[in-house]
Amino acid sequence: MAISTLATGSATLPDRSAAGPARPTRRRVDWRGAAMIWGFAAPALVVYVGFVLVPVALAAVYSLFNWNGLGPLERFIGLDNYVRALGDPVFLGAIGHNLLIVALSLLIQGPLAIGIALLLNRRLRGRTLIRTLIFVPYVLSEVVAGLAFKLLLQPGGPFDAFLAGIGLGGVTQLWLADGQIVMGTLFFVLSWKYLGFAILLMLAGLQSVPDELAEAAAIDGASWWQIQRHITLPLLGPTIRIWAFLSMIGSLQLFDMVWVLTGGGPVNATTTMATYMVQYGFQRSQLGYGSAVAVILFVISLVFALLYQRLVLRRDLAGAVTRSA
Amino acid sequence: MMNRSRITRTVAISASALLAVGALAGCGASGDDGGDGKVTITWWHNGTGDPLKSLWQDVADEFMAQHENVTVKVEAYQNEDLQRTLIPNALRSGSGVDLLQAWGGGELKDQVAAGYLMDITDQVQDTVDEIGPVVSGWQLEGKTYGLPFQYGIEGFWYNKDLFAQAGIDAVPTTLDELNEDVAKLKAAGITPIAVGAGDKWPAAHWWYNFVLKSCSPDVLRTAQAQFDFSDACFVEAGDELEDFLATEPFQEGFLATPAQQGAGSSAGLVATGKAAMELMGHWDPGVMGGILKDSGSQAEATAPPFLGWFNFPGIDGAQGDPTAALGGGDGFACAAWAPPECVELLQYIESEDVQKRFGASGAGLPVLPAAASSITDPNLQQVLEGLQSASYVQLWLDTTYGATVGGAMNDGIVALFGGQGTPEDIVTAMQNAAATL
Repeated sequence: MAISTLATGSATLPDRSAAGPARPTRRRVDWRGAAMIWGFAAPALVVYVGFVLVPVALAAVYSLFNWNGLGPLERFIGLDNYVRALGDPVFLGAIGHNLLIVALSLLIQGPLAIGIALLLNRRLRGRTLIRTLIFVPYVLSEVVAGLAFKLLLQPGGPFDAFLAGIGLGGVTQLWLADGQIVMGTLFFVLSWKYLGFAILLMLAGLQSVPDELAEAAAIDGASWWQIQRHITLPLLGPTIRIWAFLSMIGSLQLFDMVWVLTGGGPVNATTTMATYMVQYGFQRSQLGYGSAVAVILFVISLVFALLYQRLVLRRDLAGAVTRSA
Repeated sequence: MMNRSRITRTVAISASALLAVGALAGCGASGDDGGDGKVTITWWHNGTGDPLKSLWQDVADEFMAQHENVTVKVEAYQNEDLQRTLIPNALRSGSGVDLLQAWGGGELKDQVAAGYLMDITDQVQDTVDEIGPVVSGWQLEGKTYGLPFQYGIEGFWYNKDLFAQAGIDAVPTTLDELNEDVAKLKAAGITPIAVGAGDKWPAAHWWYNFVLKSCSPDVLRTAQAQFDFSDACFVEAGDELEDFLATEPFQEGFLATPAQQGAGSSAGLVATGKAAMELMGHWDPGVMGGILKDSGSQAEATAPPFLGWFNFPGIDGAQGDPTAALGGGDGFACAAWAPPECVELLQYIESEDVQKRFGASGAGLPVLPAAASSITDPNLQQVLEGLQSASYVQLWLDTTYGATVGGAMNDGIVALFGGQGTPEDIVTAMQNAAATL
C-alpha cells in the first residue's frame, strides 16, 4: 500500500478495502445508550436552556424595543439602544472600571496570592489555622462584607479611629466619598474578600508539584528562589491560568460588592457594567435599554472567555474550544 | 443490603420526583371569583411591621364581617420588592392582585396607559372632595385611579438645643435667613446640615425644594403634564442651589453618607446630636427613633426630645409660592380586573374612623383632614399644619415625572452636589430622558 502510493507519486486515497476490517453495512444505533445519556442529562439541560439560553435570547429580543416593562412590546427601535449605550460616557466609564479591576486583579492579587501560597507551603506551626483565617473572608456573603466595610469606612468611623490610634491620623481620607480614591478602596475590599480563594487555589495546585523535583534541585545546589522560579511556578501554570480566568470573568461581571459598598457612586466613580444595567435599565423602567446593556455585557464576557480559552488555556484543555491536537 | 448502583438510582429518581412536585406546586392558581356569588379580594401592601400590619389586617377583618360574601386576602411585602417586582409582575400577568399599593405620579401614569388600573372616578367623588388637593397625585386627566391614605410634606427636622447653642432664636423663613443660620452654626463649631447624598434621593430633594420655591405652580403643572422643562426657573433653581452648596453647609464626606442606615447616616447624625438639621420627610422621627434604639442608647424607638420642624424657606425674588409644599404619600388602587367590592374596601380604608386609627397608631400622617385630631405628636402636628396651609402641594418630583426622567434628574443633581455638573446639565438630562419615553 505504501509502496504503490510512493510509486505513483500522486496523492491518492488509500485503498479502503485493504485498509482494515470491513465496516458493518448497517449502522446499529444504540438507542438504549442514547436514551440513558439524554435521560440523565435532560434535567440539567432543561434548567440550562430555560434559565440561561432562553433569557439571553429574550434579552436580545427586548433590546430591540423601547419598553418600560408594562404592557406589550410595541415600539421597535432597532439598534438605537445599543447606539445609545455605546455613546453614553457613563457606560464607557463603567467598562473602563471593569477593565481596570481585571488588570489590577491579575497584576496585584495574582502575584500576592502565589507568593503567600509559596510561603505557606511548608511545615509551619499553626499552618491550618492561618489557612482557615485566610479563607474566611471568601465564605462571607458579599452583602455582609460590603455592609461591614461601608460602616467601617465612614468618615470619622472605626477605620479612621484605628489609624489615628496607631499614629497615622494624617493619612485618613474620605475612603468612600472621594471620587479619586474610591476605586482603590473598592479594590482593597475586593482583594480582602477574594485573595483567600486565590491562595487556596494556589496551595491546592502546589500539592501536585512533586517534592522529588525540589529535592533533586536542592541536591544540585539550587537556592530556594531558583527552585520556585524554574520548577514550582511552571508546574503551577495550569492553576494560575484557571485562577486568572475565574478572576477575569468575575471582574467583568462584578455587581454585589459595588452595589452594596458604593451603589456605583460617588457620582458614577465606581459604576460597573452590571450596576449600570440595573440602574439605567431596571430602576428607570427602561427594560429594553437594560436588555441591550445586558447583551453587551454578555458579548464582552463571551469574547474574553473564548479568546482566553483559545489562546491561553489551549494546552491545558485540549479538545475544548481548540483545534484538535 | 442495596448495592451502590441501586442506591444511586433510587436517590436520582426521588430527586427528580421532588423537583417535579416542587415545580408543579409553584403553579398555584389564585382565582378572584368562586362563581357562586363569593368574591375574593387580594390586597397587597408594604406594611411588613407593626403597627401597620395589624391595622390593615383589622380593617380587612372588619370589612369581611360587614360583607358576608367577600373574602379579603391581605399580604404584606417589603417596599422595594413590592414596587419594583411583585406588582409589575402581577399587573403584567393580569391576575394575582386586586387592591394594590400605589405611589402615584409617573408610575401610576404608566400603569394606566397599559390599562392595568380601574377608573374609580364615579364611585369615589365624595371621598375625593373630602381628602382635598393631594389626591391629584393619583389622578390623571381628571379621572381618579387611586386614593392616598397617607400624605406628609417635607421640611427641616432640627435640633432645638444646638440652635440655641449657636444663638439662633427663630427658625428661618427665607433662604437668606437659612444661610445666616448656617454661618452661625459653623461659627459655633456645629455641623449645620446633614444630607445622605450616598442614597442620591436626599440630595435630589434639595433641588426639588429649590425648584418648588423658584417656579410658579403653573409652570410646575405644565412640566408634570407635558415634560416641558424649558422655563428658565429650573436652571435658576439650580443656580441658587449651587450658590448654597458653595457655602459648604454639609457634613464631611456627604457624597457617601447613607440616609437611614446606622448612626453614621444623615438621620443618625441628627439623632445623636452631631448635626443640627436635616431636610427630610415626615417619617424622619420614626427613623431616628429606630436608629437610637438599634444603637443601644435607648430602649424604646422614640424620637429624640430636642427635635423641632420648620418648612423649607421661601426664596426672595423668585416666582415660586413661598408657602408651597413638597411631599409624598402612599395610596391604594384597584386593578382593572378587580371585583367592584374592591372600591368599597378602598372607601372603607379612607373612612374617617379608619383614618383616625391610622393616625393614632403612629404609622404615619392620615390624609383626611377630618382625621387630623388623631395626631398627638407636636412635630407631626406642625407637619400637618404646613400641609394644610400650603396653597400648592407638589408630589416628589421623581415620583411625579416617573422613573425614567426621575432617575436622570436625580443623577444630574448628585453630579451637581459632587461638583461635576452644572444646573443646565440637570435640565438637559431630564429633557433627554423624556425624549426616550
